[in-house]
Amino acid sequence: MTMVLNHPGIADAEPNADALKRRGSRERRALASLTLPGAILIFLVLILPIGWLFWLSFFGPSGEATLENYARMLKPIYVRTFISTFEVAGLVTLVCVLLGYPVAYLLSQLSERTAGLLMIFVVLPFWTSVLVRTYAWLVLLQRTGLVNTWLIDAGVISTPLPLVHNMLGTVIGMVHVMLPFLILPLYASMRAIDPVYMRAAANCGATPSQAFRQVFLPMSLPGLTAGIALVFVLCLGFFVTPALLGGGRVAMWAMQIANNISVYGNWGAASALGVVLLVVTAIILYAFKRLFRVDTFEGVR
Amino acid sequence: MHKSVKHGLITATAWVVLSTTAMAADTLTLAGLGGKVQDDLTATLFKPSAEKIGAELRTESHDGIAAVRVQVQSGAPGWDVAHLGAEDCAIGAAEGLFEPIDYSVVNGEGVPEGVRAKNWIATNTYSVVLAWRTDKYGDNPPKDWKDFWDVEKFPGRRALSVYPQEMMEIALLGDGVARDQVYPLDTKRSLAAIAKIKPSVSVWWTSGAQSAQLLKDGEVDMEAIWGSRIAGVIADGAPVKFTYQDGVIGFGCVAILKGSKNVAAAQKFVANIVSPEIQARIPTMMGYYGPSNKKAFEAKQFSADVLAQSNASPENAAKQVTMQPTWWSENIQDVQEDFKNLIVQ
Repeated sequence: MTMVLNHPGIADAEPNADALKRRGSRERRALASLTLPGAILIFLVLILPIGWLFWLSFFGPSGEATLENYARMLKPIYVRTFISTFEVAGLVTLVCVLLGYPVAYLLSQLSERTAGLLMIFVVLPFWTSVLVRTYAWLVLLQRTGLVNTWLIDAGVISTPLPLVHNMLGTVIGMVHVMLPFLILPLYASMRAIDPVYMRAAANCGATPSQAFRQVFLPMSLPGLTAGIALVFVLCLGFFVTPALLGGGRVAMWAMQIANNISVYGNWGAASALGVVLLVVTAIILYAFKRLFRVDTFEGVR
Repeated sequence: MHKSVKHGLITATAWVVLSTTAMAADTLTLAGLGGKVQDDLTATLFKPSAEKIGAELRTESHDGIAAVRVQVQSGAPGWDVAHLGAEDCAIGAAEGLFEPIDYSVVNGEGVPEGVRAKNWIATNTYSVVLAWRTDKYGDNPPKDWKDFWDVEKFPGRRALSVYPQEMMEIALLGDGVARDQVYPLDTKRSLAAIAKIKPSVSVWWTSGAQSAQLLKDGEVDMEAIWGSRIAGVIADGAPVKFTYQDGVIGFGCVAILKGSKNVAAAQKFVANIVSPEIQARIPTMMGYYGPSNKKAFEAKQFSADVLAQSNASPENAAKQVTMQPTWWSENIQDVQEDFKNLIVQ
C-alpha cells in the first residue's frame, strides 16, 4: 500500500515541495500581516512611550545629559523603599499562594455548576473599587473597628490589636485585592488536569497524599507560577492600598515615583525610578522563567 | 412682513455671530484641585470675579503641579489659570511654567509680600491646626505643639501628615522655637524633633479625608489637621475640639499658564480674585478658610462668630505662623526625602 502511494510521489516530490514551501511562506506572511495593526498599536502605545521614558531619565532639570536621576537612588530613602517594595510584594504573593491554592483546588474538585457559583465569591471583589475596599478594611481593622470591638467584647483581648496603619494592614488589604489574580489562572490549569491521572496513580498504589504530591501538584505548577508572577508584578506597582493602610510607614516604589513627579521639575527624576523598577522586574521574571522552565504569563510548559 | 422677517433674521445672525466671537474671546478656563474646596472657591471667588469682567468661566480639575506642567509643555495649554497650593505655585514659577502677574492690573496691596510673587499670587489661606478628642483629654487639653510633643503630660496616640510641609514647622514649635523664629527652617532640629515624637505617632496620614476619619473614629487622640477638615468632624457630632494657637497658615494661589491665549483677560480675572471686595466673601462663605488679602477684613464688617472661625482674622492670625512657600519650593526635594526616610519602617 505504501509502495503504491510512494512510487509516483518520488518523481514529483521536488517541484511539489517547492510550490508548497512557497505557498506556505506566502501564507505565513499573509497571516503575519494580520497582526500588523496590533503590532503597530503596541509599538505606538507601549514600546515608544517606554523608550521615551528611558530616554528622559538621562536628562536633568535644564535638559542637560546627566546620571543624577540614577545617582539619587543611592540615597537611603530610595534604597529602603526599593527593598520594602519587594518585601511587601513577596509577602503578599506568599500569603496569596497559601490562601489561594486550597481555594483553587477545592473549586477544581467540585462540579462545574457548584464551582461556578463559588467562583462568584472569588470574582466579586473585582467589581468593587480598590479605594472602597481599602476603606472597608479600615473600618474593620482600626482600633475602634469591628474586629477589635468584637474581640474585646468577647473578652479575648483587653486592648485593641494594631491591625492596621502598619505592614500587617497593608498585607491584608493587598492580599484581598490580589487573590483573584492567583486563583483564576491556577483554577484554569487545575481544571485542565485530567482526573484519569489521579485514578492511575491510585491504581499504581499511591496514597491520596502521594498522588497529590507526585501527580497533581507538579501538573498544577504552570498555573501556579503564572499566578505568582502575575501577583508579584502587580504588587510592585501598588499605590492606594499601602498609602492608606500602611499608616505612612510602608513605603512603596510607586509612591516614590508619584512624589518625584510632583517635587522634581524634570520628568527624568521620576522616569529613572520607573526604568529601574522595570529592569529589575524583567530580570526577576526572566530568572523565574529559567528556574521553573515555564512561560510565566501563559502558564504552559 | 417678508422684509421684516428677513431683516430680523439678519440681525439675529449678526447678533449670534457677534456674541459668539465676544464669548470666545473672553472664555477663561480655570483648573483647580477639584472636590468641595474647588466648588466653594468657584462660588466664592472665581465666579463673581469672572462675572465682573464679563467673561465666561469654565472650571476643570487637575491633580497637582505635574498636570499643570504637562499642559504648559504641550505648547497649547487647555487652561488659562491654575489654582494650586502656594508651594506648588513657587515650584512652577521656578520651572518657568507661568506668565508674570501684571501688577499694573493686579493690585496686590494687602496680600503678604511672600505670597505676592512675580508669577503667582495667593488667593486664600487655610490653617494646619492642633485638634484633639475631648473624651480623652476633657478639661485639660493640649494647648499648643509643645503639649503635643509632651508625651508624659499628654499620653495618647497622635497623627501627623506624611508630607513634610507644615509638619516641619510644627515640629520646631513643639521643640520650643518661637513663632517668629521658625523661618528659615532649621531642618536638622526639626527632623530631630520628629524623630523624638515618632514612637507616639500611630498614623502618618496621606489625605485630608483620612485625617478627618482618624479623629472622628477615635483612631488617634490628637493630630495635626487642616482646619477645614475639622469642620466636618465637629459637624458630625464627634467629641473633637481644635485651637488656632500655633497653627500654620498656608496659602492657595493662582497663576496664569504660559502659552494661554487669554492672558489679558486672565490678568483682570486675577485682579478681581484678590481684590478686598471679592476676598471679603471668604470668611462668611468658606468657614475655617481665610482671605489672602488682609484688607478684606476692612472691606466689610463681620460678626464676632465669623471672625472667631476664620483662620485669617487678625485675632486668629496673630496666634499662628505664616508659611513661606518660597522656602519650601527651594528645599522640598531634600527635605521630602529626609522626612520620608525618617518615618518609614
